[in-house]
Amino acid sequence: MLSRSTFLLPLCGPQQQQQQRAMSTLKAISMRLRSVKNIQKITKSMKMVSAAKYARAERELKPARAYGIGAKTFYEAAEIGAEEPAPDASQLLVAVTSDRGLCGAVHSSIAKRIRANYTPEGNYKIVCIGDKSRTILQRTHNQNILFHVSEVGKKAPSFSDATAVAQEILASGYEFSTGNIFFNIFRSVVSYDTSELPLYSLDAVTKSPNLAVYDSLDAEVTQSYLEFSLASMLYYAMKEGACSEQSSRMTAMDNASKNAGEMIDKLTLTFNRTRQAVITRELIEIISGAAALK
Amino acid sequence: MALVRSALRLTRSSGVLAQCSRSMADMPLTFAAPSQVFYNQQDVRQVDVPSFSGNFGILPNHVPVLAVLQPGVVSVVEADGSTNKYFVSSGSVTVNKDSTVQVLAEEAVPLSDLDAAACRQALTQAQADLASATGDQERVEAQIAVEVSEALVKACE
Repeated sequence: MLSRSTFLLPLCGPQQQQQQRAMSTLKAISMRLRSVKNIQKITKSMKMVSAAKYARAERELKPARAYGIGAKTFYEAAEIGAEEPAPDASQLLVAVTSDRGLCGAVHSSIAKRIRANYTPEGNYKIVCIGDKSRTILQRTHNQNILFHVSEVGKKAPSFSDATAVAQEILASGYEFSTGNIFFNIFRSVVSYDTSELPLYSLDAVTKSPNLAVYDSLDAEVTQSYLEFSLASMLYYAMKEGACSEQSSRMTAMDNASKNAGEMIDKLTLTFNRTRQAVITRELIEIISGAAALK
Repeated sequence: MALVRSALRLTRSSGVLAQCSRSMADMPLTFAAPSQVFYNQQDVRQVDVPSFSGNFGILPNHVPVLAVLQPGVVSVVEADGSTNKYFVSSGSVTVNKDSTVQVLAEEAVPLSDLDAAACRQALTQAQADLASATGDQERVEAQIAVEVSEALVKACE
């Protein structure tokens, strides 16, 4: 009898454990199922919100594009950037991102471009528009950051935002000969291009040979023109960046909802299977218990 | 054979003629404010702009110039002869070598959208602000507001 009980015990042990495990996994699965369903609701609503913001951003991008292309035309027509600048000339880099994440690779692509082309020891300063670029670039290029702009991304960018940044750049007193604005050009709902807009200082423009073609220019007019042009190009970059960010967030949240939906389907199947297994096991125990008593 | 050769010569010369006619009378204008585009590379006959170095009119093949806009009225004479007037607050104007013109205004409204009474009210408000301004920054800002309001009132008349 002892031997039988000892024989029975090891059988009961893992079975009991398995039963307990099945019960606890049932609870665990249902908890997981509930949380994934909540996540799906959240990502769906985020997708709706960013779809609405994207529609507005795309509408506002059309005039902004004509404006930005008009602002660039002078530099292209006058071929100001035709000569290569001196390799250690001071540069100003502007990274146009925003504060909020969950939007795919829009922010990291800009930081990657800057990291790839500029080593921390170079002679340049970075202006970070948006906290995301600041957090990524702070790790390696902390001493190169001139200043950063926060509270970007909640509302659509306006021309006064661009002028505020331009004024801060000019007031910072950093003398640069050339520069680049890094931003994402919106191509379509599913794609964007990380690209750059060149910036030129008063020196670079006045030294350019083609400037002589332009009639009756004095330094004051050129300076005012360049300041306004800086604000215009920043505005254009911010508009394009905002549109790319909203469309990227929309697709990212859409993918997240789809993945959550797949997880919910799989979990539901596992849940039902486990529930049926638990019921079957209980029945077996009851029946075998009753059969043992008989 | 002779027919083919003469036909070829005809097509080549007509191509050259077509190029000539393009550069003579065309002036693609891009006139935009940050939130609105009025003309996007559209060919026009003449553009009059108010700038700090004086009001000047831009015709095709104008000498390349860069200028900063003053508060005032920009009038555009289109290819069909009709004139459109807009009030601009500030901005820049560029005339390039290839006769393209870019007028980028910080704020621009069609003249017909202006309300004369509101403009006069803005002028009196700006003058009051100038009188009560303390500090350089405030005084300069109030001065700018007065200049814009004066130009607005003048444009409404």
